[in-house]
Amino acid sequence: MLDEAGAGLDELAAVAPGAGLRWADGDGDGARSCRRTWLDTFDWRLYRAGLTLEQVTGDGAAGLTLTGRDGEELAAEQISPAGQSPRWPAKLDGLPAGPLRELLEPVVGVRALSPVARVTSRLTQRRALNSDAKIVARLGIERMSVTSPARAVAPPRLTLAAVRGYQAEADRLGAALTALSGVTPANGTALDAALAASGQRPGRTPGKASAVPLARDAPAATAMASIFAALFDVIEVNVGGAVRDIDSEFLHDLRVAVRWTRSGLKLGAIPGDLAVRFAPEFRWLGDLTTPARDLDVYLLGLPAMTASLEAGCAADLEPFRGHLERSRATAHRALTRGLRSARFGRLASGWRAELAAVRPQRKGGTVAQLADDRIGAANSRVLKAGRRITPSSPPERLHELRKRCKELRYLVEMFGSLHDPAVRWQAERELKSLQDCLGEFQDAQVQREEIGVFAAQMLAERSAPAPTLLAMGEIAACLARRQRQARSQFDARFAGFAGAPSQARLAALASAASA
Amino acid sequence: MKILATYNIKGGVGKTAAAVNLGYLAAADGYRVLLWDLDPQGAASYLFRIKPRVKGGGKAIIRGSKAIDGAIKGTDYDNLDLLPADFTYRNLDLLLGEAKRPTRRLATLLGPLKSEYDVVFLDCPPSISLLSESVLHAADLLLVPLIPTTLSVRTLDQLTDFVTGFNGHRPQVLAFFSMMDRRKRLHLQVASDLPAARSDVAVSAIPALSVIEQMSVQRAPIGAFAPRSVGARCYRELWLEARRRAALKPPA
Ligand SMILES: Nc1ncnc2c1ncn2[C@@H]1O[C@H](COP(=O)(O)OP(=O)(O)O)[C@@H](O)[C@H]1O
Ligand SMILES: [Mg+2]
Repeated sequence: MLDEAGAGLDELAAVAPGAGLRWADGDGDGARSCRRTWLDTFDWRLYRAGLTLEQVTGDGAAGLTLTGRDGEELAAEQISPAGQSPRWPAKLDGLPAGPLRELLEPVVGVRALSPVARVTSRLTQRRALNSDAKIVARLGIERMSVTSPARAVAPPRLTLAAVRGYQAEADRLGAALTALSGVTPANGTALDAALAASGQRPGRTPGKASAVPLARDAPAATAMASIFAALFDVIEVNVGGAVRDIDSEFLHDLRVAVRWTRSGLKLGAIPGDLAVRFAPEFRWLGDLTTPARDLDVYLLGLPAMTASLEAGCAADLEPFRGHLERSRATAHRALTRGLRSARFGRLASGWRAELAAVRPQRKGGTVAQLADDRIGAANSRVLKAGRRITPSSPPERLHELRKRCKELRYLVEMFGSLHDPAVRWQAERELKSLQDCLGEFQDAQVQREEIGVFAAQMLAERSAPAPTLLAMGEIAACLARRQRQARSQFDARFAGFAGAPSQARLAALASAASA
Repeated sequence: MKILATYNIKGGVGKTAAAVNLGYLAAADGYRVLLWDLDPQGAASYLFRIKPRVKGGGKAIIRGSKAIDGAIKGTDYDNLDLLPADFTYRNLDLLLGEAKRPTRRLATLLGPLKSEYDVVFLDCPPSISLLSESVLHAADLLLVPLIPTTLSVRTLDQLTDFVTGFNGHRPQVLAFFSMMDRRKRLHLQVASDLPAARSDVAVSAIPALSVIEQMSVQRAPIGAFAPRSVGARCYRELWLEARRRAALKPPA
């Protein structure tokens, strides 16, 4: 049982006699202090999965514990001596291999874990005795001083634990405790309490581009301005992590928000020359991020590629990995320069100021009308581009179709709050199935072309031993196979998308104004 | 899980004092320990301030492990639980007699506790009975307190002969001198000669000490109220010897 106490702690003394018990003198095993640090990904993946990861440091030892929704311990890892604790933020490969890491992997993925709250905690204990002076229950009192995200003192947290075989006595004590004013059952974990004390709530980060709430009859111009503003929040919130290179998702999420913005600019709903002025700037921003992201994708896919080697072995690819990592470091430096440049600063301040000044346009229509019109048109363009594709079409036709699909997808997601979630979810799934096929096709082709470029670079640098080049050749062959496979799936995927049920759903999405 | 039993057909020789103090020390080592007070007198229960009462009495206990689970009480010490005595344990012999395979009954009852405890101490009442036979069959190590006289050695030999006759599982025997009076020449002599001559007699001995008598006033193991006393040190040495003899793996 868990309680939080406000003012009631002074009245504790009277509680035990009320339950037919008395408190032992002193605080038993003595007071202890420890530091507690809670960790999560930037987008709160653990929290949203009902998991809590905590590092406790005290008495020269440190440990990591993962708990589930009901506070049950799922895995623990001792990090001793305390000096060996990972330097946060850290990705999972910075954690010792073991059950804890295995449980985290599917949830955390490629993201890094960072501290979301830190406290110094002082624990004292009171022991409740029966008439034989036997301990029947222990009351733990934890006082947390929050040091991050903001300095604060959390209300004391009480934990009542019955000694085995004395549940009835502990229940009486618990009832007497909750009868105290200021003591209420805790409705959350210690992390919740620490965050609440510093005025925050877990799980809230505008870290990813997503639908913003829109009223159907809102003027299109101001609705678009609010979408753009939310997207720019996402861009800005990810800049820090992308520059510090905490994990690859910061850059990815930043890019997605840029792409949504660029598609949004093409909708022609915001006034005057805004789109004309800012389209080149967002294009620049998008291009700035491309080299680093491409290399991220390569590096993330490398383990799978390595595993697929048949003639070569993992060690053969080490020089290639080294080359990729060096190239990535260079690309990342260029990215950092760009994100810290005056041009980016001007883009940010100028864009924000212009968005704030956007007013409804005369004859601009509602956002629902805009969404209907543009979704309908984007869908037609996808159908047109797709129907042109025959078995003998060059790859460029499929790349073209992929772009059209992306445009449609962004619109469906961007205006998501206007639509029935079930219909939208189904439509997105069908579109995604087609996109996955086209993505696989194009990515495999691009990566195959790139690996040729990498090989030439490595030869020029004399950093390419023969076994490495051979293994790279194997990867190129594997990519070619993947591309062929994706191509062979295309007809069925497109037919699914262009079929009546899927098109009926898109038609529904394109009629929000009349819904 | 290892089962250690303090055993002697005589009363007042230090069985309970040993079970309580060694149980405390085992738990302090980090082992998960259960002490079962099998003596209807309930001396061990008293020392832990736990009422000698079990729901359903000995009958329920002998019948099944569910009653055992419900009757276990936590002591004031980490890792140390107690299965209390009950007045009805007087009839434990009769109850065992009605059970199937009475001499194996205790071992069967303790089986399900394997996952919960690393060490079980059985504190036996003084007697030769079906119960004590069942204890002998269940135990991995018998801790036999001896008052250092030549006579006590005879009882040890009888016990050793008896368990050697067991088929299958046989407990090891580790006798130790208890309530040794350093002022008595006979005590000193027996206590120094015997461990050298016999491997089933512990090197460590427990002298007669007032601090040990104090336990029943303090109602606590010595380690809890006089951790630096001679008595506490002697029990610690005895525990180290018993732990080695029982081949206990280091606690998890
Ligand atoms: N080494 C010792 N020195 C002094 N008194 C002891 C010692 N061991 C036991 N006693 C006391 O002798 C009495 C009987 O001991 P106990 O352990 O209950 O024996 P048993 O369990 O064999 O009947 C108790 O009052 C106990 O305090
Ligand atoms: Mg006794």
